[in-house]
Amino acid sequence: MALKIVKGSIDRMFDKNLQDLVRGIRNHKEDEAKYISTCIDEIKQELKQDNIAVKANAVCKLTYLQMLGYDVSWAAFNIVEVMSSSKFTYKRIGYLAASQCFHESTDVIMLTTNQIRKDLSSPNQYDTGVALTGLSCFVTPDLARDLANDIMTLMSHTKPYIRKKAVLIMYKVFLKYPESLRPAFPRLKEKLEDPDPGVQSAAVNVICELARRNPKNYLSLAPLFFKLMTSSTNNWVLIKIIKLFGALTPLEPRLGKKLIEPLTNLIHSTSAMSLLYECVNTVIAVLISLSSGMPNHSASIQLCVQKLRILIEDSDQNLKYLGLLAMSKILKTHPKSVQSHKDLILQCLDDKDESIRLRALDLLYGMVSKKNLMEIVKKLMLHVDKAEGTTYRDELLTKIIDICSQSNYQYITNFEWYISILVELTRLEGTRHGHLIASQMLDVAIRVKAIRAFAVAQMATLLDNAHLLTGNMQRNGICEVSYAAAWICGEFSEHLENPMQTLEAMLRPKVATLPGHIQAVYVQNAAKLFATVLKSQEGNTDSTAAQETSQLMIERLPLFVQSANLEVQERASCILQLVKYIQKLQQKDVEVAEEVSALFAGELNPVAPKAQKKVPVPEGLDLDAWINEPPSESESEDEQPKAIFTKEETKHSRPRHIEVDEKELARRREARKQEQANNPFYIKASPSSQKVYQDTPGVEHIPVVQIDLSVPLKVPGLPMSDQYVKLEEERRQKERAEKKKKEKKKRKEKRSGRGKKHDSGPESEEDITPAHMVDIVTEEMPENALPSDDDDKDPNDPHKALDIDLDNLGEMAGRRPLADSEKLPVRSHRAVEAAKSPGEDGDAETVATQQPKKKSGKDKRDDKKKDKDKERKKSKDEKKKKKHKHEEKEEDLLRGEVHEPVVQSEGISQVAELPTSTSAEEAATVAAAEAPVAEVVSGAAQDSEPDEPKDTEMEETKSSKHKKKKQKKEKEEKEKKKKKRHHHHHRHSDGGGEESVQNGTVEEEEPLPSMSNYCLLAENSYIKMVYDIQGNLQDGSQVVVSVIFENKCDSFLKSMEFNVLDSLNSKLQRPEGSGPHDGLTVPFQLPPGVSNEARFVFTVQSIVMPQKLKGTLTFIVKNEESSTHEKLDFKLHFTCTSYLITTPCYSDAYAKLLESGDLKGSSLKLEGVNMPFHHLLARICFHHHFSVVERIDSCSSMYSRSIQGHHVCLLVKSSGQTVSIDAKCDEPTMLGNVLDEIKQTFSQC
Amino acid sequence: MIKAILIFNNHGKPRLSKFYEHYSEDTEQQIIRETFHLVSKRDENVCNFLEGGMLIGGSDYKLIYRHYATLYFVFCVDSSESELGILDLIQVFVETLDKCFENVCELDLIFHVDKVHNILAEMVMGGMVLETNMNEIIMQVDAQNKMEKSETFIFQSTRQDR
Repeated sequence: MALKIVKGSIDRMFDKNLQDLVRGIRNHKEDEAKYISTCIDEIKQELKQDNIAVKANAVCKLTYLQMLGYDVSWAAFNIVEVMSSSKFTYKRIGYLAASQCFHESTDVIMLTTNQIRKDLSSPNQYDTGVALTGLSCFVTPDLARDLANDIMTLMSHTKPYIRKKAVLIMYKVFLKYPESLRPAFPRLKEKLEDPDPGVQSAAVNVICELARRNPKNYLSLAPLFFKLMTSSTNNWVLIKIIKLFGALTPLEPRLGKKLIEPLTNLIHSTSAMSLLYECVNTVIAVLISLSSGMPNHSASIQLCVQKLRILIEDSDQNLKYLGLLAMSKILKTHPKSVQSHKDLILQCLDDKDESIRLRALDLLYGMVSKKNLMEIVKKLMLHVDKAEGTTYRDELLTKIIDICSQSNYQYITNFEWYISILVELTRLEGTRHGHLIASQMLDVAIRVKAIRAFAVAQMATLLDNAHLLTGNMQRNGICEVSYAAAWICGEFSEHLENPMQTLEAMLRPKVATLPGHIQAVYVQNAAKLFATVLKSQEGNTDSTAAQETSQLMIERLPLFVQSANLEVQERASCILQLVKYIQKLQQKDVEVAEEVSALFAGELNPVAPKAQKKVPVPEGLDLDAWINEPPSESESEDEQPKAIFTKEETKHSRPRHIEVDEKELARRREARKQEQANNPFYIKASPSSQKVYQDTPGVEHIPVVQIDLSVPLKVPGLPMSDQYVKLEEERRQKERAEKKKKEKKKRKEKRSGRGKKHDSGPESEEDITPAHMVDIVTEEMPENALPSDDDDKDPNDPHKALDIDLDNLGEMAGRRPLADSEKLPVRSHRAVEAAKSPGEDGDAETVATQQPKKKSGKDKRDDKKKDKDKERKKSKDEKKKKKHKHEEKEEDLLRGEVHEPVVQSEGISQVAELPTSTSAEEAATVAAAEAPVAEVVSGAAQDSEPDEPKDTEMEETKSSKHKKKKQKKEKEEKEKKKKKRHHHHHRHSDGGGEESVQNGTVEEEEPLPSMSNYCLLAENSYIKMVYDIQGNLQDGSQVVVSVIFENKCDSFLKSMEFNVLDSLNSKLQRPEGSGPHDGLTVPFQLPPGVSNEARFVFTVQSIVMPQKLKGTLTFIVKNEESSTHEKLDFKLHFTCTSYLITTPCYSDAYAKLLESGDLKGSSLKLEGVNMPFHHLLARICFHHHFSVVERIDSCSSMYSRSIQGHHVCLLVKSSGQTVSIDAKCDEPTMLGNVLDEIKQTFSQC
Repeated sequence: MIKAILIFNNHGKPRLSKFYEHYSEDTEQQIIRETFHLVSKRDENVCNFLEGGMLIGGSDYKLIYRHYATLYFVFCVDSSESELGILDLIQVFVETLDKCFENVCELDLIFHVDKVHNILAEMVMGGMVLETNMNEIIMQVDAQNKMEKSETFIFQSTRQDR
């Protein structure tokens, strides 16, 4: 009965699919959150079930909930489960969910590597497609590295559907794993001419994205693209190509010239607006890149402008918008052609569409001249008043300031007008740009000496009316303006009409409500004012006035002394004491004014914002050198006690450390900047406190032209900028009239010294003389400033890593072929291979020797590769010539490699064995073993099958071997140079050393001794065999034996045959058709001194007992005069350990496993083990395929799993020289054997 | 590159969200809300482009959208995409939906968001335009649906066996 209920509820749960969920949510509008939380509970139940259909359904619902904003990352593992379903339906659900909620820090991603790899090579194109689509959303650097090669193979898939997806995803792979760009590029380029338009389009897409960021590397593709442009009819492709050309032309003007004609043709012929628009855009880019002096291109400009005008006038708002957008590009180089359309653009300012208004604003920036600046700004001011939304109004405000201040106030003829505009802008409520206005005020007041008197008057009024103007200054950013006002009034107080009044205004109690940094400026400048006031008052006979002023200060300042802001407090108390002292002196009738004003004597010069940065670094000063010793690494490691035995930690610790430092530095720098911005001592753009520069000569010598007071300077109350427009008009007319008179006499040379500024305007503008001949003081720079201007590049741009030289890949001989370290990592068999063990040399050779036999008409790609090999050899030869010079060095390098694998941070060995996914890697390794083995074992048999997907698989393995081959060659070369000295016999352990690090500890407590899994199989005077056994996770009954054959003699070894006497339990897998006692031909020959690896697959039934198999290797020893038949017997020892597979296990799952009570226990004690605990763990991890679950001090829990799914758990404790191991496993026999083997491992050392 | 594709209705309820860059769920919701506010307050006859909001994009990014009956289709793209091209793409997307759902309406999107995702996956992949040919898209979608159907049939029959 109970069972029935349970079953019923399960069925019901299963019946609630996505549609039901959506319906339910819609029916529970009031308590949606509650309903969804019950649904999530149900989903959690469903996920616990074994039925994959139920799980998939649950995951599907989660994907929907994710869209509604619910975090579903807790189900990440279930998503992986659904992804790995064999049914497409579920797989697709899984991948969709993954693409929606996985990201780089999702930890289960590392478990997906193999699954994705499997799906990528699935015979079903939609499995592959769905995997590619999913991967494109959540690819991580690790996945990119591990799968790059697989994806690259897919780029040549037979189905265009797969090809186009594979091509497209390569971009993501490049981004995450930039090293893959160079090796993959030739094939990507090939795809530009793919017969399928979809693939072609994808390739164009990817290259356009790449070229957009680093265009110079893709210039060599221009001819190809040019061909495509003239031949393609696909508008999408055309648009992309044309956009790409737009990015390329600035780098190569010759390209531009060629483009003009076809593009103009397209402009005339196409009916697609999108294409037309992009053509116009690129023509503009071309025209920009060409020197504007080319007369014959004026027609093109005219064509563009004309077409754009049509767009702008179009009733379609989209076209209008784009027209304006493109117009602004022309503006930069050909302002005149745009200026003639001013009417149209001003008209757009009135458009109801904000996007269009903003674009029109952009255009205005480039359209102003001396003549029309006032008019345009007036129009904008009208809009400011009308604008209701603050964003648009703020945009207007910044634009007005931009327009006026552009190129050093080039277009401003009347600075009084500009100051008035700024003052008017302060009346805007709620703007965020108070700071901007303030900095403009400061800048103008400091740099335009002639305007100071006027500015000071305005600022005094502003200060006086501050409370009226901005009722609640605090809230809106406009209060920043009073910062500028106070400073200007204080600094240039000699211009004040009534300093006493201003001083009083600055010390009003209301000031205390302003932000701290502004108050501080108030206090400081009150002191400056005070000095001025004293000076004027002391001249009088009546000394009471001066004393009253001091009294005022003494009364008002205590308010600021109590300020919570330190800066304000400090300044106020200083000044208060000063004033008190002055008062004392005053009472004694001592004249103090001179001395007080001496406090603030001297003029401040403007310093360019970049000046500091441009100071050249003196010779012999290394800014990057540590001043103090860097903090020791152990500190940071203390913070990660949970660290587990992964290679990741050890390998990454160093670079990561630096990265953290850099981040930290950046953060601090940012914080410092922030601080400076808020600190009146560090006014960045408007220098105020740089008194150091006060005596700098030079600036003083620049003649300051006196103001011609043709305009009444004093404006009562607040200025109205409008009146200036009228006044300006009148003034200009007058001037014109005057000029006419003078013309008869002589052309006046009025412009003194600074004529250059005025020359830049158009002819007609030269007639307009500024109202004030103003001296715009240029910002100071250090004497020998560095001219570099490249300080704007963002070092964090991910695309920077893709700035890779791609030319001369392939066809252009010699310059820089792919280096070994640039090869894509190929699925490899354990670290030994990755570390380029010599055992592989022959592996590569196998392919080399077999190739002609197997595939006579191999595709071009291979040929190309061979060509490259030849190139390589050539360069090798060259190297050899220099060899004797470099020999010493190279040897050192090699030794370094051997001894310190950790230090070697780049290079293939690390790349192939990258840290994060130790365990995933491990699993990958096993899966990887399948393919090559299959080939070795039944090479010919497979070839005969015409089956398509298999074919690609074959290709894959082959291409991978190709790469290995190259690596090996290099290695061999080195090997020869080495002449078998030193480490030769350590070769395998070299690789082992690498491995040990991988499995080793996080702490770099002590370097780990090198370890190797390869143990001796048999040896005689001709040949030495070492072997390693790996379980196969995919198939519980298979193990792979890797045997490295090393030729020890001076003769050639050939016709090797490997045979094993099968037992009932274990059998060697032989190709179909061969008898049970036939030997297997080892698929390579061994020249003297060379070694190579072959793999053999064995099937085993029971894995609980270790086993030994007898076998024989027969071979022919051939030297110049004779050949003999030899044989070597061996015993293959299948230990129980070899059936274990390193599997990661989370501590909670581990605890659950132990709690379950299914496991039988056993224990072991080891005496006299004197090695560090982490070495001990590393050994167990390495030799016995365990992984550390958790480690606390000298106690650690470990886990492993057999190929048939037995769980093995260890608890290792160490005290002194005694190590006790408590173990649990669901198979006691096996456990006993494993423990015996562990014991043996430690008894050996 | 396309940074995000959003579909929401006139009330700002999300009907599909596809981000090609990772954001937290909360940020995603905020982006959807912000985008809705930006887009919904625009009149019918203004241009279909607007500068990206604070959260998504920045200066290089644009929102390109179309409004169909009760639904907004919004693409957030950077400057490498052609604005008019993306507008066309939205049109292709909607027409494809129309073909696949036979007279698509908001309800179809509400109840079959997974299918919409699958269709979209055939058009845009990882933020890059994969296919613009409607017939090709429909063909691939149909083929996959057929495969799914054959699988569910097998599955159901085995289920009945039990």
